[in-house]
Amino acid sequence: MPSRSASNIRLADQCFSVLIMACAAFVTITLIWVLGDIVIKGASHITWSFITSEPSDAGRSGGIGTILVSTLLILCVALGAAIPIGLGVAVWLSEFTVQHSRFSNTVGTTLDVLAGIPSIVYGLFGNAFFSLYLGLGFSILSGGLTLACMILPIFIRTCESGLSAVNNDWRKGAQALGMSRSAAIWHVLLPAAAPAIIAGLILGIGRATAETAALIFTSGYVDRMPGSLLDSGRALAVHIYDLSMNVTGGDNAAYASAFVLITLIILLNTTAQSLIDRWFSQRIYAS
Amino acid sequence: MTMQPHSPTFTLGQIEQGPPCCEPIPHLSIKGLSVRYGAQTVLDEVSLDIYKGCITALIGPSGCGKTSFLSTLNKMTDAISHAHVTGSIHFDNNNILDAQTNVLQLRRRIGMIFQKPNPFPLSIERNLELPLKEHGIKSRKVRKEKIEKALRDVGLWHEVSDRLNTSALALSGGQQQRLCIARAIILEPEILLMDEPCSALDPISSGIVEDLIIRLRGDYTVIIVTHNLAQAKRVANYAAFFWMKERVGKLIEFGQCQHLFDTPQHELTAAYISGAKG
Ligand SMILES: Nc1ncnc2c1ncn2[C@@H]1O[C@H](COP(=O)(O)OP(=O)(O)OP(=O)(O)O)[C@@H](O)[C@H]1O
Ligand SMILES: [Mg+2]
Repeated sequence: MPSRSASNIRLADQCFSVLIMACAAFVTITLIWVLGDIVIKGASHITWSFITSEPSDAGRSGGIGTILVSTLLILCVALGAAIPIGLGVAVWLSEFTVQHSRFSNTVGTTLDVLAGIPSIVYGLFGNAFFSLYLGLGFSILSGGLTLACMILPIFIRTCESGLSAVNNDWRKGAQALGMSRSAAIWHVLLPAAAPAIIAGLILGIGRATAETAALIFTSGYVDRMPGSLLDSGRALAVHIYDLSMNVTGGDNAAYASAFVLITLIILLNTTAQSLIDRWFSQRIYAS
Repeated sequence: MTMQPHSPTFTLGQIEQGPPCCEPIPHLSIKGLSVRYGAQTVLDEVSLDIYKGCITALIGPSGCGKTSFLSTLNKMTDAISHAHVTGSIHFDNNNILDAQTNVLQLRRRIGMIFQKPNPFPLSIERNLELPLKEHGIKSRKVRKEKIEKALRDVGLWHEVSDRLNTSALALSGGQQQRLCIARAIILEPEILLMDEPCSALDPISSGIVEDLIIRLRGDYTVIIVTHNLAQAKRVANYAAFFWMKERVGKLIEFGQCQHLFDTPQHELTAAYISGAKG
């Protein structure tokens, strides 16, 4: 009967919509819960002196000033290494190797596997390679470079797919104008791939700032003000981990630090986005 | 037919009657040109001369190798690893196909316009400035002058002079195609290759671009691929008819455009232009 089957279909439709909405609601509620928890328990402890002063009594009192400095230094090292290397490899993969050849497929699969490796493994690798083999010890430098290794695969992949998705007509157009390959890449293809590059960078910044496991064995725990990149420095995420796992009575400070961490990630992402936007739009519009 | 006092310098009518529209001085001399992709030959032993300052139309059915022919002339085939080109293309006493040809310099002298307008996703001004910078024009002032001149030449100046810094992708299709032509002629090439430059445009934009192409005659040697026979008749001085036999493209007939359309020498040509084939 046509009417019956139509009503059946409508019922199925409705069930499906309800299911999807339930999933969406679940995700949203969880997110709001976590964020709300942190904001409620953390925001009240935020003061200027908390943000600027050194931690004392294993972090129970004092602030996170030195830890913020270490975190930003580690991040700078990580991005400073990952951005040029990542862009270079992505350009090489998308412009200088034959697409879908066995070689480029192998490299692609390898990157995907590397992107899925747990960060603790990167930590152990960083410890063995940067800290011990290269003799950098527990330092901001080894931590930052380890993070660079960790975010590189996903950064390369996003940039590469962004570049491969660039309209081929533009490549041909640049070629037909007698532009060299490097000029075409630098002036046309990279600006055209800017959205993908920004997305990759934001993913990378998010992962690097929130990383704990890869840093415990590389940049270490020391919560004093780092004097140089070769000093050990405690990252914010490591600090939160330490406060909540090892320090009894550190919960308030942990929540406050988590609140700062989330604010920091949001802040970094928006700055990165606007900086790159401005940089690329200068390349696009300025003469 | 009587000559009108203000008739344009070149009209198709004059070809038959008086002296040819342009001196038939070969600008490109193509001999025995063959193109293979892997094992498949798509263009076999094409020989013809392209005359200086004239518009030569390439016509023929889809897949007969017109685009392939065009891309050998500015060595765009170099980018296709499985493409093999043999024969010779003489340009200025050099064989373009020689390995030592400076490709970047060659492409400055032989520009190309594509079927789909492809302005870069940059500002209008930057689209025109990039090729200039790339070819070593350092002075900002000179670049500005050249940009204005190129835009005036394609009739775009009064349409875009107040928004040179906005994205070229915001222009209409016809404007984009004229911008691409401006981008090509800003390098002062001698030859322009156009691969169906109007086929992605609406009739009005197409007409405007066509008028522009007619105005290029005399200053540039133009080779234009078109599926629009009426357009070929309107713009071209010479026409070359390609046909495909067993997937291999061949040049069937080449001659003055009006002759080719009015008194085709080959039955395939006659059938194609009368719409019976292709
Ligand atoms: N990069 C390539 N690799 C392999 N074969 C190709 C390549 N480019 C074109 N061909 C083949 O060469 C033949 C001629 O193609 P070409 O594009 O030159 O034809 P065309 O005359 O321009 O056709 P159309 O009028 O449809 O544009 C076709 O059979 C096509 O499949
Ligand atoms: Mg074609």
